Amino acid sequence: MKGERRGRFSPGRILGFVALCLGAFLFLFPFYYMLAGALQAEPDPGISGAFPSPGELSITNLREINERVPLARALLNSVVYTAGVIVGTLTIGILAGYALSRLRWRGRSLVFNIMLLTLIVPFQLLMIPMYVMVVRGWGLGDSYLGMILPFLVNSTAVFIFRQFFMQLPEDMLDAARIDGAGELRILTQIVLPLSRPAILTAGLITFIGPWNEFLWPFLITKQADLQPLAVALANYISTVAASSANPFGAILSGAVVLSVPAVALFIIFQSYFVESETSASLKE
Amino acid sequence: MRLGAARFVGYFFILPYLIFLALFLAYPLGFAVWMSFYEYFFAAPGAVVERPFIGLENYRNLLEDETFRTTIGNILVFIAVNVPLTVVLALVLGAALNAKLPGQAFFRTSYYLPYVTASVAVVAVWGYLFFGDGLVNRILGGLAPEPSWLVNEFWAMIVISLLVTWKQLGYYVLLYLAALQNVPRQLYEAAEVDGAGTFGKFWNVTVPGLRPVTLLVVILSTIIGANLFTEPYLLTNGGGPVDQTLSPVLYMYQRGIEQADAGYAAAIGVTLSVIVLLVAAVQRFALERG
Repeated sequence: MKGERRGRFSPGRILGFVALCLGAFLFLFPFYYMLAGALQAEPDPGISGAFPSPGELSITNLREINERVPLARALLNSVVYTAGVIVGTLTIGILAGYALSRLRWRGRSLVFNIMLLTLIVPFQLLMIPMYVMVVRGWGLGDSYLGMILPFLVNSTAVFIFRQFFMQLPEDMLDAARIDGAGELRILTQIVLPLSRPAILTAGLITFIGPWNEFLWPFLITKQADLQPLAVALANYISTVAASSANPFGAILSGAVVLSVPAVALFIIFQSYFVESETSASLKE
Repeated sequence: MRLGAARFVGYFFILPYLIFLALFLAYPLGFAVWMSFYEYFFAAPGAVVERPFIGLENYRNLLEDETFRTTIGNILVFIAVNVPLTVVLALVLGAALNAKLPGQAFFRTSYYLPYVTASVAVVAVWGYLFFGDGLVNRILGGLAPEPSWLVNEFWAMIVISLLVTWKQLGYYVLLYLAALQNVPRQLYEAAEVDGAGTFGKFWNVTVPGLRPVTLLVVILSTIIGANLFTEPYLLTNGGGPVDQTLSPVLYMYQRGIEQADAGYAAAIGVTLSVIVLLVAAVQRFALERG
């Protein structure tokens, strides 16, 4: 497909461009339709409904969903849950990544291999014992801590930091060691200020996990006022929606509120997302 | 002197990770297997219940469990639609992106958008598109299936499979795009000398050159498929018409959490994991030799 010599308008390139456009339409249309449906006061699932006139648009649905699912509270829960996971994951990941790249200790390659193995353990297998342990054993049902803790084992984040730290010049660290700096000081004062790209990448990848997660917080939260937005919206979809005047409009408004932060972050920082995800997976 | 101290300090840095690994991975993994040999029921807090060792009985019951067999059949339908479609579409779009056409960044972003969006939000809009009176049926008119997609025994699982393909595809497109950078340019030149056209080069150079990534894509999408939960739970009311979209994990949730039979649910989880590992091994064998 790298047939640049065959001219700019070879049949292969034209076919490729048509495929890309078709793909973009199929990927983007549901997002457009989500927004259109969210803003229409009267549901119109017909073809004309896909092209609402500006006069039809209103935020009635947003008010409707906000009455059933208090959005501010649900968003706050999502933010606390996600922020807790990000802070914990980055702290553990930076320390472990540093140990696995710049420190020498017995068992290092064993730990690295175990870490790669953890990437294939499906969370679902652990769902039942984790539920018994966290909710029944530790009494952490209906708590932020119970939601956050299981997500802190994030080998992908450790891997990103390890790969990044390995590229730093050894001389620089050795100079600091000769000056008598301890490893923790070297990490926080020399390595971390240089590691903004890695921190940003790991932070972004970590963000989409808890922000979008449904199963785990759904399992452990019974109290509605502790549920993150994804769970609250899902509960609305599966139970309350039938009693609503325009259930689709209200649901789609909730879906827009849930999607916007992740989509916006991704578009703003897309170069970080794209490069890191692919390079991390290919090296697995 | 300092080197010795550094050797010691490594354990402090790795310790938090190891503690979490032990508590939230190793321990639950062992607990899952242990539990599956017991009649492990939940009880009200404070109540003391007996949880007798019953050996392989959970597994024996599982073998005779019609519903479990249905869930495995369902997931096979899911995988039969999802995996080939994922490989073909991701390969084609990845190769098209690699051709350095105008608007590359825009296309890459739009393909990746569903991947970063919550399943719950995606399910909301797919439900709106595919419900009885929805846009898809309005466009199809007389061709719309009866009963409609999500309440149709045949179509419900296929719609879910298409949804998941759509949601995950961008990630796999990027995997292919990254791998394409590593296919040696000389191979294309050699094929050109041999008179291969655009299609010939794609089929004889690109496709074989990408085999390792294809293996990764096949295995990852199989694992994701085996873990299906949110989409059937929300889109088809927790199992769909006559359990036709009931996934193994959804069944595990029903038995383990709703019916409090954690031992049986753990046996479902262990069995499912063993099946997935076997399937992945077969896929690896087939793709590496083929």
